[in-house]
Amino acid sequence: MASVTYDHVVKRYTAETTAVRDFNLDVTDKEFMILVGPSGCGKSTALRMLAGLETITEGQISIGDRVVNNVAAKDRDIAMVFQSYALYPHMSVYDNMAFPLQMKRMPKAEIDRRVRQASRILGLDNFLKRKPRALSGGQRQRVALGRAIVRSPQVFLLDEPLSNLDAKLRAQTRIELQKLHRELETTFIYVTHDQVEAMTMGDRIAIMYDGILQQVGTPDEIYDHPANLFVAGFIGSPTMNFVPANVQNGTAKASGFEVNLPKTVASSNGTLGFRPEALTDRVQDGGATLNVKVDVVERLGSDQFLYGQVGGDTVTARVDPRMKVTPGDTVRLGLDTRSLHFFDADTEKALL
Amino acid sequence: MTIAREEVAAPIQVGVAPRILERLGTLPLHVGIIVLTVAWIVPTVGLLVSSFRPLSAFSTSGWWTALSPPFAFTLDNYQHILATSNLSRSFFNSFMISIPATVIPTTIAAFAAYAFSWMRFWGRDWIFLALVGLLAVPLQVTFIPVLSLFIKLGVSATFLAVWLAHTGYGLPFAIYLLANFFRALPADLFESAEIDGAGTLTVFFRIILPLSVPALASLVIFQFLWVWNDLLVALVYLGGTPEVAPLTVTLANLVGSLGQGLQFLTAAAFISMIVPLIVFFSLQRYFVRGILAGSVKG
Repeated sequence: MASVTYDHVVKRYTAETTAVRDFNLDVTDKEFMILVGPSGCGKSTALRMLAGLETITEGQISIGDRVVNNVAAKDRDIAMVFQSYALYPHMSVYDNMAFPLQMKRMPKAEIDRRVRQASRILGLDNFLKRKPRALSGGQRQRVALGRAIVRSPQVFLLDEPLSNLDAKLRAQTRIELQKLHRELETTFIYVTHDQVEAMTMGDRIAIMYDGILQQVGTPDEIYDHPANLFVAGFIGSPTMNFVPANVQNGTAKASGFEVNLPKTVASSNGTLGFRPEALTDRVQDGGATLNVKVDVVERLGSDQFLYGQVGGDTVTARVDPRMKVTPGDTVRLGLDTRSLHFFDADTEKALL
Repeated sequence: MTIAREEVAAPIQVGVAPRILERLGTLPLHVGIIVLTVAWIVPTVGLLVSSFRPLSAFSTSGWWTALSPPFAFTLDNYQHILATSNLSRSFFNSFMISIPATVIPTTIAAFAAYAFSWMRFWGRDWIFLALVGLLAVPLQVTFIPVLSLFIKLGVSATFLAVWLAHTGYGLPFAIYLLANFFRALPADLFESAEIDGAGTLTVFFRIILPLSVPALASLVIFQFLWVWNDLLVALVYLGGTPEVAPLTVTLANLVGSLGQGLQFLTAAAFISMIVPLIVFFSLQRYFVRGILAGSVKG
């Protein structure tokens, strides 16, 4: 039983600077929850309050049924992996992993058993006697994980654990972390600013911006039904197209095109949003079409992205990689109206 | 989690022209360092050479003439000084003073610096500021009040008096040096240790101290050399009592008692230099930082 609950949690440093505002989140047992947002959005602060490294200004945080506001970090039965790994540089890999257990005054034999088990899971068997400085970045990262695993905590907290790895190793470690989560059957709370990590790893994602929780949901929910303009722009690469538009009688008029909205919206002014993959070279009869003057062509082999202008607006389209386009061309593209979004001009909330 | 992967750092491409400029840029630095080093070493070499010269040569020509033939070196000065003066007793006294007067302030300073750098308490920054301000207080203004206190307490002319005095004089710098070093340790380490369940003292003994060996070693060297070479403090708090006089005091007295026998003094001075040299050379490798390499970042 290791759910985590944030109940109206606030972190205020001074009267003017508030890092986290009225934060409510339920993380269920054994869930892989991702806290994601741009730097300075309060995601790390939210995690550090749960870890016991920051005090909670208002509200309550519970682990399982226990309110932990006044419980010392060491008694919260959590383990944390830091971005910098925070390995003890003067201790060997073995001692690094044994340290939290020694602090619990666990018998030596039990410590040894647990450290060896963790090092087997992480493939660190051959490095137990080495000092952290003699390890590569990926190995250090695994030692940091090992130090968390040996404690078999109720909740794992991971604060941007992959951001110091190179791109290839990061992709590989992403997969390994998911395997690890399945093997350990423990609640993971993972902080990142990388939306790819968020989309690929999380059971659910909580998106934060400016200290405020914007949306919580599965990766699909967040991708397909972003709650507001910020979430829509933050998740997805290349980013969603945003075009200012005017709605009259169910038709959205932008500077360079018109499109019939599938549903009526309550507002007349706002931003029309559609992902690059909704704008393709598949033109449907009676569907919306856009004449895009192409500025840049980006070929990725599997995909081809076109960056161009329609009327006064900049859009990105994802077209068949075999389509021959050169910059300067004007191409006719089809817009899939099933995946249109419309955001209110004032509240920036999604209306569609 | 099975594949071990070594990252290979890409070699940094540097053109030829910048490299030459870089060399030229460091040239004045190297020349400067060499000139300074020679300037500092020459008197010491002169002292060493003089201590092996007979009185006749010593009083008629400069020490550098001894470096060209005919060579006339002698151990007379050393034999004489060891036979006639109280040097071995003073040697022992110097150790009796220097070791505790190094260990006590270093220990106190380590605890204090930990508190100043990583514990939160009321008025911490102001107290630290006041402490650093004490660095500016000249030692001499403290002599009379402290000495009269020691006399009242009945500890003047004892080792305890110099230990306490050196502890007091050494602490501001020691705390300042160590606090700066401790502060530079990555905060993640302490937070990680906190979550791992380490208490304040465990963090101090198991994490801070092992990581601070270079800083502690340089502090120990500074403090030991300062105390070993100190004449003023010893003279003030120990008086002229020969039973507790360290080498420096005995040496100073030699000048008076031997009058013209300056050549004996050179030998005695060199004997007193041996210990600082040994201390420095044996601990100097700890000056090399870098024990932190590998603790953070990948």
